Amino acid sequence: MSPRGWVGAGLLVVLTLFAVAGDRVAGYRFDAQDPAHALEPPSRTHWLGCDALGRDLLARLCEGGRVSLLVAVGATALAIALGLGYGALSGWVGGRTDALLMRVIEVLYALPDVLVIVLLIEVLTAAFGGLPDLLRRLFAIAVALGFTGFVGVARLVRALVLQAREETWVEAARASGAGPTRILMRHVLPNVAAPVLVSAALQVPAAIRAESIVSFIGLGIKPPFSSWGTLAADGFEAMRSFPHLIFFPCLAILASLLGFHLLREALQERLDPRRRP
Amino acid sequence: MIRLALGRAAAAIPVLWAVATLTFLLLRFLPGGPFDKERSLPPEIMRNLAHRYALDRPVGEQYADYLERVVRGDLGPSYKYLGRDVADIVRDAMPVSLELGGAAFVLSLAGGIALGLAAGARRGSALDQLVTLGSLVGVSAPSFVIGAGLILSFGLALRWLPAGLWEGPAHVILPALTLAALPMAYAAQLTRTQVLEALDQDWVRTARALGVPEGRVRRRHVLRNALLAVMTYSGPLLANLLTGSFVVEHIFAVPGLGRFFVTAVANRDYPLVLGVTLVYAAFVVLANLLVDLAYAWADPRIRIGGGR
Repeated sequence: MSPRGWVGAGLLVVLTLFAVAGDRVAGYRFDAQDPAHALEPPSRTHWLGCDALGRDLLARLCEGGRVSLLVAVGATALAIALGLGYGALSGWVGGRTDALLMRVIEVLYALPDVLVIVLLIEVLTAAFGGLPDLLRRLFAIAVALGFTGFVGVARLVRALVLQAREETWVEAARASGAGPTRILMRHVLPNVAAPVLVSAALQVPAAIRAESIVSFIGLGIKPPFSSWGTLAADGFEAMRSFPHLIFFPCLAILASLLGFHLLREALQERLDPRRRP
Repeated sequence: MIRLALGRAAAAIPVLWAVATLTFLLLRFLPGGPFDKERSLPPEIMRNLAHRYALDRPVGEQYADYLERVVRGDLGPSYKYLGRDVADIVRDAMPVSLELGGAAFVLSLAGGIALGLAAGARRGSALDQLVTLGSLVGVSAPSFVIGAGLILSFGLALRWLPAGLWEGPAHVILPALTLAALPMAYAAQLTRTQVLEALDQDWVRTARALGVPEGRVRRRHVLRNALLAVMTYSGPLLANLLTGSFVVEHIFAVPGLGRFFVTAVANRDYPLVLGVTLVYAAFVVLANLLVDLAYAWADPRIRIGGGR
């Protein structure tokens, strides 16, 4: 892997470690209030400063990162699963089914995704009535993001399946008596795997980004949970006098996006020999 | 050409119907009505409210009524802004969003093409590296990060420009820049790639070998190809602007459609949510139609074939 790829991977490992165990490094609980230190700028005791209620910003960022990353990874898993199924069905069956499925994709593609995500979050939060209250919204957000992400994956998978089914090795498998299920599972889908992996490395940052946007406008993650997006929204309120409160959440978001960008670039080069320098 | 236009326009109607029906169904089956408050109202008042907004009739009837009114351009009363119709709100907010979106549209195309040309013309130069890095940030950073950065630097630290509200031409600059950041960065990347690719092509080498002056080669052969590619991006560009407008209008307190949508969702003001969604969908469909027609006009193969 290229040095840039390692930088990206390293960045992501550090961010993940912070999300998993960073509040222990910070030495504070994310919800521990200390009014004496409210709105304090970064210092030796509170490395990244404190928010309006005197909560340690580093601990809050770790907790927020946990939510942001979990939601994004969940959304990506869903997007890939849905996209693989939908795209493979469309590309493999072809004909009218394909035309109909692609027409649906076109409509979904045309709508602005923040609009779709916001509407879906509201509807799904209501639909997941069986889940405990706290988790409902998190699940709803992950599913909404996964649903908007699947459109791109489905298009990609369909194109790859269409291409693969014309290849000589598929013809050879058919000639030697393999059934359609076996051909699809053993010969077509494995060839789809590499590009889908690359698209997963594109989906996760897209989900982080979209979640931070809907959370920032107050329609995504809600208390008691926080994410990088809600922290940025809190920081935005106090930006005039306390810029550190918006700076660090934005930095965390940018660092994660950069990490995924570098990693995806490296993956692309590695998996596609033509793109190697 | 006219047949093509009519065909595409006819194909847009089912899409709009599907969007209207879906949003109607989704919102109507959400639990928690618009009048659920912390303190519950007496049942008689709830009944009167439901009657006033026709929420006590069967859903099928509500749906038919809704579709009929939409066709007439009547989007119903708002639940939250008393005495105002959704259509009124849309009519007031639309020009604001269009002004902001229009400024951002021009800015992103002009800025993106200029930056991309400058970077592509001198590959590897300091300017090229700056544009490449800047466009990477612009493509990936959420718009609130860029907006916050612009407000902090130009609004609060330097005090050159107002950091919010919508009271005159100066108030357009920061939101338009924020909104344009992503499409401008994308257009710059696209233009740069196209310029580099075109410079590598046989026809450019041929033109140079024939003694065509370098300036003319760049204008006639390189620029034209780059511009065609950017033109194909203008459709997705409009969708990007729409998506961005939710956040940008929220950040800069711009009284446009996006801001009304965000507050309407928070308030469960269903008719307003539906109305804005429909307006957006209509806008996207119309934009795609125009882009399709522009391709057809630019590409004779489509124009004469009359189909795809």
